[in-house]
Amino acid sequence: MPEIRTKIICITCPVGCTLDVTYEDQKVIKVEGNQCRKGIDYAQSEIKDPRRMVTTTVKVIGGLHPLVPVYTSAPIPKPLIFELVKRLREIELQAPVKVGQVILKDFMGTGVDVLAARDMPQAGQKAQTGSG
Amino acid sequence: MWPEKIKPIYDVIVIGSGPGGLAAAIAAKKNGAEDVLIIERDIELGGILVQCIHNGFGVEIFKEDLPGPLYAHRFIQEARSLGIEVLSDTMVLDLTPLRKINAIGKHVGFLELEGRAIVLAMGCRERTRAQIRIPGTRPAGVYTAGTAQRFVNVEGYMPGERFVILGSGDIGMIMARRLTLEGAKVERVLEIMPFLTGLTRNYVQCLLDYNIPLELRHTVSRIMGNYRVEAVEAVEVDEKWNPIPGTEEVIPCDTLLLSVGLIPENELSRKAGVVLDPNTGGPVVDEGMQTSVPGIFAAGNVVHVYDLVDWVTEAGFVAGKSAARYALEIKKAVRRKVRLVSGNNVRYIVPQYLDSESLAESDQSIQFRVVRPVEEKVWVEVTDGEHLITRKLERYVRPGEIVTVKIPQKAYDAVQKADKLVVSVAKSQGDQNA
Repeated sequence: MPEIRTKIICITCPVGCTLDVTYEDQKVIKVEGNQCRKGIDYAQSEIKDPRRMVTTTVKVIGGLHPLVPVYTSAPIPKPLIFELVKRLREIELQAPVKVGQVILKDFMGTGVDVLAARDMPQAGQKAQTGSG
Repeated sequence: MWPEKIKPIYDVIVIGSGPGGLAAAIAAKKNGAEDVLIIERDIELGGILVQCIHNGFGVEIFKEDLPGPLYAHRFIQEARSLGIEVLSDTMVLDLTPLRKINAIGKHVGFLELEGRAIVLAMGCRERTRAQIRIPGTRPAGVYTAGTAQRFVNVEGYMPGERFVILGSGDIGMIMARRLTLEGAKVERVLEIMPFLTGLTRNYVQCLLDYNIPLELRHTVSRIMGNYRVEAVEAVEVDEKWNPIPGTEEVIPCDTLLLSVGLIPENELSRKAGVVLDPNTGGPVVDEGMQTSVPGIFAAGNVVHVYDLVDWVTEAGFVAGKSAARYALEIKKAVRRKVRLVSGNNVRYIVPQYLDSESLAESDQSIQFRVVRPVEEKVWVEVTDGEHLITRKLERYVRPGEIVTVKIPQKAYDAVQKADKLVVSVAKSQGDQNA
C-alpha cells in the first residue's frame, strides 16, 4: 500500500492545529504541524477509528427543567453517534438526577458510559440557591 | 435555601452568576472578603453554561474536556462550600457610582443593598435581526442561535425542522450539529466574511462531521414567508459586503438562526457612570479589572467577548481578588478612625476622629474647650473609657481658652485597641466628678 498524505484539523483543544499526516495502511508514519503530544494521538485515532465525544439531553419527569444534559465518558466511534442519540431519546428519568449519574452503561460494548452533566433537582426545589 | 438574613451591606456583591461571576465571587471570598453575595436573575446559577451542553470547556483550567453544565457545577459547588450567599430569581434594576444597588426578586421583593466593592458580571447578549437589518417579511421562525439553544437544550422545544444558519460563530456551528442530532435538517451555514468566525475545531466536529455545507462570502438578502419563514434568499457578497447581482439563491426552510455576534451587556454599567470602550462595548478596565468608577470591577464577557470560558474564569478571578482587596481597604479605612468623646467638663474636641495609624508617624495634638472654669490645678486625661492612655497637668481651665493635649507615639498600641478616646478634666486630687 502506498503512503498517503493528508491534512487533518486537530479538535482536541481550542488551538485547532492543522496536522500534516502521512500514513500507510491505517498506520500513521509521520505527523507534522502539531503543537503537542495530543495531536499525534488524535491523528492516529482519526485515521484508524475516528471518535467523538457526544453531548445531548435526556428527558426528565418532575425536574426543574424537562431535560438533563448528558455526555459520553469518552469519545465513541463516529458511526455510532446517531444510534446513541436514538437510544437516549427512549430514556425517561425521574427527578432528582445527580451530576455524574450513569444514564446508560457500556454503550454497545464500547465501555463508554453516558453520564449526567449536572444535578437536576425536583421542580419547586431551590437546589441551586442560598448559601452554604 | 435563602440567605437567612439579607444584609444591607456586603464586602463584595457580584451581579451575575455565569463563569465570570462565579469565579469573581470565589476569588473575592478566598482573598479575604468576609461576606460575598451573588445576585442572579435566572432561577439557578451558571449563566449561559446552563444551556451550553456541548463539551470543550475546562481544557485550560482543569486539563479536562467538560460539558458546560459540568464546568459550571464545579464552580457552583465551590461557591457553596465557601459560604457565598446567593439571591437567584432576583434582578438588579439600578447601580449607583457609590455602589448602591436596587434589586427586585420574586422571593425577596424590593431590596436596597450596598457593596463595599461591586463586580459586574452580566455577560453579553446576542445581536438580533434588527441589528443587522435583514430585509424581507417578518414571519415567525427567526431566532438568535442562543435562543434556539435554550429551547432545544433546556426547555425541550424544537424551533423548526429545516434550518438555515447565518453566521459561522461557534454558537451557530454548535447549534447546526445539535439540531442535526435532534432530527432536523440544516440546509446551510452562511458567513458574510471570507473566513470562519468561530473555532476551526467546531468547523470540523460540527459541520464537516455532519456534511453541513458552509458558504463563505454569503449572507441572507431576504426573508420570505407570511406567518412562518418559508425560505430565505442567500446571496454572494463582494469585498465591501455588497450583494453580487445574479448570485441569489432561494433556500427553502422554516427557520433562520442568527449567529452574528455578541455584545457585552452594560446597561447597569452605564447607570453607574462606568466609562465604556467603543471598540469592545465593555468597560475600560485596569490590570485588576477595576472600571473607571472606584470600587466597581468587571469580569468576563461584560468586558469583551472571550473565545474560551476558561479565560472568562481567569478574568473573574482577577476581578474578584481586586474587589476583595478594595473592600478590605475601605473597611480598614473606616475602622482605623477612632472617635474622640467628650468626658467630664469637656464641651467639644477637635479633631473629632483620630487615625490610629497616625501615631506611627508622630505625636498627635488634640484641642478642646471646657464647659466650666476650674481655677486650680487639674488633670486633663485621655482614656479608652477605662484605662488611662495619657494625662497632662493644667494650672487652670477656662471655657474661653482652648486646651491642647498631646497623645504621644508610645500610646500607639493603646489607641490601636481603643474604640474611642475619652477626654476629661479632673481635679488634681483625683476627684473626677468635681
